[in-house]
Amino acid sequence: MQQLTKEHFEPISVDLRQAEAIKRPSLSFWSDVWRRLKMNKVAMASMIFIVALLVCAIVIPLVTHNDYFTTDLAGKNKKPSAEHWFGTDDLGRDVFVRIWYGARISLEVGLAAAFIDLIIGVIWGGIAGFYGGRVDEIMMRIADILFAIPYLLVVILLMVVLEPGVGTIIIALTITGWIGMARIVRGQMLQLKNQEFVLAARSLGADSNRLIFKHLIPNALGPIIVTLSLTVPSAIFAESFLSFIGLGVAAPIASWGTMSNEGLPAMKYYPWRLMFPAVFISVTILAFNLFGDGLRDAVDPRLRK
Amino acid sequence: MDNRDTLIEVRNLKKFFSIGDNTLKAVNDISFEIKRGETLGVVGESGCGKSTAGRTLLRLYDATGGDVLFEGKSIMNLNNQEMKAMRRNMQMIFQDPYASLNPRMTVGDIIGEALDIHGLATGQKRKERIQELLSLVSLNPEHMNRFPHEFSGGQRQRIGIARALAVEPKFIVCDEPISALDVSVQAQVVNLLEQLQEKMGLTYMFIAHDLSMVKYISDRVAVMYLGKMVELAESDALYEKPLHPYTQALLSAIPIPDPEVERNRERIVLQGDVPSPMNPPSGCHFRTRCPKAMPECAASAPVWKEVEPGHFAACHLYN
Ligand SMILES: Nc1ncnc2c1ncn2[C@@H]1O[C@H](COP(=O)(O)OP(=O)(O)OP(=O)(O)O)[C@@H](O)[C@H]1O
Ligand code: SF4
Ligand SMILES: [Mg+2]
Repeated sequence: MQQLTKEHFEPISVDLRQAEAIKRPSLSFWSDVWRRLKMNKVAMASMIFIVALLVCAIVIPLVTHNDYFTTDLAGKNKKPSAEHWFGTDDLGRDVFVRIWYGARISLEVGLAAAFIDLIIGVIWGGIAGFYGGRVDEIMMRIADILFAIPYLLVVILLMVVLEPGVGTIIIALTITGWIGMARIVRGQMLQLKNQEFVLAARSLGADSNRLIFKHLIPNALGPIIVTLSLTVPSAIFAESFLSFIGLGVAAPIASWGTMSNEGLPAMKYYPWRLMFPAVFISVTILAFNLFGDGLRDAVDPRLRK
Repeated sequence: MDNRDTLIEVRNLKKFFSIGDNTLKAVNDISFEIKRGETLGVVGESGCGKSTAGRTLLRLYDATGGDVLFEGKSIMNLNNQEMKAMRRNMQMIFQDPYASLNPRMTVGDIIGEALDIHGLATGQKRKERIQELLSLVSLNPEHMNRFPHEFSGGQRQRIGIARALAVEPKFIVCDEPISALDVSVQAQVVNLLEQLQEKMGLTYMFIAHDLSMVKYISDRVAVMYLGKMVELAESDALYEKPLHPYTQALLSAIPIPDPEVERNRERIVLQGDVPSPMNPPSGCHFRTRCPKAMPECAASAPVWKEVEPGHFAACHLYN
């Protein structure tokens, strides 16, 4: 064995500054989320689908030479062809174009409902959670009561009072839709407001505005965005469902729900009239849900199953 | 030491939490003063109300009763504007280096927040001040655009110290600033706090549950048990001649680095667990575990009394 002498040992120089150097590139929370989301293939595919859907819903109705309302009784119930890619319906209207007008309605309803839920939910839940105590108790009881009213009843009542249409559907969906968001935000506020970094800001003299907008909301943003991304598909589904049972948008506007409704009796002979809108409803909702799931995992990796 | 003037005076401070129908007396009628430039150590088992005491005295919690005077002026009745100005005098360093920094803000913004709130510096000046503060706590000023999760526990605790120093406070409550850190890093942080105290004439209330660390850093030490203060004395006096049976028991649990003494000394082992603060024993809260308990200990609470000059205790043995 080799003899080890004192000369073999030399103290290595330690530079404290060097020891404290950070090698990893600096990543903010959101760039970290994006990095994790990119690794999730399903979520990325869903995202690409959603973006494509959005672009098509905006562009196709602008450039197509067909429209959604011109009837052509001679050419009704045509099979899919080069002229009419998705065939025609019982009034000879082009199903392909109607699908994209329907996409506009679905996305409009989904995004508008999610946006309104976001605004009301964050304000309501934020105030209740931040102030706590009696304020919280009263505000959350009101939410509970609203939540307990059967939702179809609300819709039917609204349809009686207001005229049927996209606006009415959005109102119907958001009357109770914001409660989920409010509960999430309230829970986050209650949890965050006693954290030491919030106390630290208070001991520096921060006012409520600063606490809410600089400390609480940014830290609750993850769950808020995830909830938001899952509100969109449920609103799209609700709109399709309401239109399908005849409580939705009125003719001649096309919505995927009304198209399915009209296609249903003809399912045996002209299956494309039901198939196309039904597939679009399913795939769109699936894509939004998968994207929301992926986003949730990316925002909080601990929640991954 | 006694010719130093009083910076903080706490009078009968109380903080109760209501939990359901019950009242939890987390801090129950404590009084003491802290002299300018001194370090008052506060020790006690987990849950005895040390953090609550520190937070209530900074008005981070609304006190249930009592008063706190800063330089002779009560802070309990200040309005929002006056309190905001007062906050520049009194700061806090927190227990958990992971929870005490906002994970969504850069280190520069965390430290700079104090400057923003009080309008102390903007633009280039703000950046320079932040870098100066980082250097002051021996952190690399170039790291101001990093996020807290990129730092170690000890580094994070220094960021917390820099944040507290940004407003140039006179008084800092250090709430167990080292108990979450590795032993090797604890000494660094304590030394940093001592250097800063010397350089800036700071006054500390140093909360800990480890008596040996507190002895090293404190001029005087207060011992808490179930929301009450049971003993307060100069640290030498407390360690050499503890009066309260609880303090005696705590001290006897510290190993002495001399095998001969260690082998022969008597160790007081406390019986049972700490009772629930929701439902403390009548009379002296410590009586269920006190080796010297007497009948009168159950009947009435002992009074807080100056047993020897500068040495306070609450125990029937001295009443
Ligand atoms: N916000 C609160 N609401 C209700 N009870 C609380 C609250 N904060 C603290 N308590 C209770 O008050 C008591 C004292 O808590 P405190 O955090 O002051 O103890 P501590 O001495 O700092 O303990 P530790 O050494 O674990 O930090 C505990 O029983 C705790 O459960
Ligand atoms: S008052 Fe009685 S029970 Fe309490 S510490 Fe003193 S001797 Fe023990
Ligand atoms: Mg504590």
